Amino acid sequence: MTGDHQTLALLLFSVFVAITVAITTWVSRNRRGSAEEFYAGGRLFSPMENGFAIAGDYMSAASFLGICGLIALFGYDGLLYSVGFLVAWLVVLFLVAELVRNCGRFTLADVVAARMRERPVRIAVGTSSATVSVLYLVAQMVGAGTLVALLLGGESEAAQAWTVIGVGALMVVYVAWGGMRATTWIQIVKSVLLLGGTVALTVLVLTRFHGDFDRLLLTAAEHSGHGDAFLAPGLKYGGDWTARFDFISLGLALVLGTAGLPHILSRFYTVPTARAARRSVVWAIGLIGGFYLMTIVLGFGAAAIVGPETVRGSNAAGNTAVALLALDLGGGADSTGGTVLFAVVAAIAFATILAVVAGITLSASASVAHDLYASLRRRHTAPHGEAAVARGEVAAARGEVTVARGEAALVRGEVAVARGEAALVRGEAAVARVAAVGIGVVAIALGLLARDLNVAFLVGLAFAVAASANLPALLYSLFWRDFTTRGAVWAVYGGLIPAVVLVVLSPVVSGGPASLFPGVDFQYFPLQNPGLVSIPLGFVAGWLGTVTSAEVPDGAKYAETEVRSLTGAGAV
Amino acid sequence: MYSSDGRSRDARSARYDDPWYDAIASGWGESDGTEVPDAAAPSAADVYLEVQRSAAFQEVRRRYRRFVVPAVALFLSWYVAYVVTATTAPGLMARPVAGAVNVAMLAGLGQFLTTFLLTWAYARHARLRRDRAALELRWDTQELTRVTRGGAS
Repeated sequence: MTGDHQTLALLLFSVFVAITVAITTWVSRNRRGSAEEFYAGGRLFSPMENGFAIAGDYMSAASFLGICGLIALFGYDGLLYSVGFLVAWLVVLFLVAELVRNCGRFTLADVVAARMRERPVRIAVGTSSATVSVLYLVAQMVGAGTLVALLLGGESEAAQAWTVIGVGALMVVYVAWGGMRATTWIQIVKSVLLLGGTVALTVLVLTRFHGDFDRLLLTAAEHSGHGDAFLAPGLKYGGDWTARFDFISLGLALVLGTAGLPHILSRFYTVPTARAARRSVVWAIGLIGGFYLMTIVLGFGAAAIVGPETVRGSNAAGNTAVALLALDLGGGADSTGGTVLFAVVAAIAFATILAVVAGITLSASASVAHDLYASLRRRHTAPHGEAAVARGEVAAARGEVTVARGEAALVRGEVAVARGEAALVRGEAAVARVAAVGIGVVAIALGLLARDLNVAFLVGLAFAVAASANLPALLYSLFWRDFTTRGAVWAVYGGLIPAVVLVVLSPVVSGGPASLFPGVDFQYFPLQNPGLVSIPLGFVAGWLGTVTSAEVPDGAKYAETEVRSLTGAGAV
Repeated sequence: MYSSDGRSRDARSARYDDPWYDAIASGWGESDGTEVPDAAAPSAADVYLEVQRSAAFQEVRRRYRRFVVPAVALFLSWYVAYVVTATTAPGLMARPVAGAVNVAMLAGLGQFLTTFLLTWAYARHARLRRDRAALELRWDTQELTRVTRGGAS
């Protein structure tokens, strides 16, 4: 690629960074402190804003560049892949969004732990949520590094490394300074940019074919060299039965995993009510569905206009298909239009990665600070805030005794309790900021270590872990009266451990030329995605743990969960 | 703690048209014959158990489940059928329908269409059949737990 492309793309990207940093500074002025603010952004976003933010969190660069590339190279199979990403939202809408909004405060663990003995459940759910986030995060970081190499021609190792470090540093700035409020606005800006860019390119492709979708498909099939097979499934996920089961496994993980992704669930707490959470999901489904419909046009457009051979020549995985398409639609490599469109696509892809990474970091820091740190610490020492709560309770008790000034003292006592709780929660937000920095450092380190690896499977794995560990625990605790603490813990570990172990034993890690460790062979599991096995295992483990536990299920606790989840009583 | 999201007509009309105490009179307290709060100062757990047993809540839950259970069964089996057919019977999916459009393309676009339709249907069902009753129950329950908290401390 020429210098013009690079300069313009870097310029546009700098503008995006400047705008987002300005947003971060602007929204975080005078708003330091409370966990309510840090994790949930004040809970007053409108459904439309949150819908755009959800779509922004969900439409990663992998979807934008990856799915278009898949369609450009393999035709229909790319579309097959994108359907799972959309249908998954029905699970979120029907079973999760409203109920989670009603029952929880900040994280998934809030919902599950409310009915159970808090500490073990919080640690289990916190661990699996953090695992999902880190897997997803590393995939995005490495993607960012690769993207630089692809789009800007920065083939050098140093350019990739500095991109990973730069993206990591920016995301830490966004999250630690701005919390959920800044992250949400960044997602909204990114969503608008991404959708705007996609709409513009789609219109250009359709104009090129005079609005004739049929002719677009025929031209794509003709240029692909596969003929009609290009428009039918089987080019990528066909072949032997292992490949087919692998795709079914991936499809299952995609559909069930979305409802267990911590950074998606935490978005529902940024709106005031369950009704608003529902309406934000409706917005998100519209935006995401529209986006995937447009990627179909862009993918087939790239095949028809650029041609799969050129795409494959630029990048074997097809990740540059949209950029090449933009170059062509703008008028070719040497034209101004081509340069501008190419730069726009590159900048949008960066913005996308940056925003997604910030969203995931925020939810990972919530899992660490709100679930893991709080539970692990509580056992040993009573932190300042808890002492204050205790003091407040003593005062409240004292107020009860004093008959004459009872009322006043009672009120004072309650104020003290509230103040103590605020202190507790303020301390937690500080911990969450530190956690965000820590997670940023870990993600940068892993991103640098893994930058030469093919990490597409990490996203599939993140979805598989979310579907096998988080979803069973969440659904059981919302809908099953007899679910117990042991069941919840077993459901999480019974999904998390098989998913991770199966991946370690899979061809992704060893035993093949494309594996992480091509030299050794400890491959015992044939599929790349563990979902087909680990998702049922998670559900079975939760059931088994429940029926074997001696704990008598607490009907009153379940009544509370059920009433709260369906009515919103007592929701924050 | 509740703050309405301003733009929803239902929320406001629900509050003005049907004052929350209507539901108490009609919904519950009749099912098990015990007098509400007063004498024995029930705990918050009792309140939730009682709300759970109330006819009004059971109606909300029944409406929710009646929509969600068949809908989930429907779209999950439709999606799994789609994925399994696409991977195991590509020949069937490749059968042309009109021009370049084949069965696979129709099925794929059909997935998008059913997703949009089910989203619309769910949102409509929740808005018309569930929201108002759920909101009433919310105020009732919060009122009762507030009373118990005040009485107990």
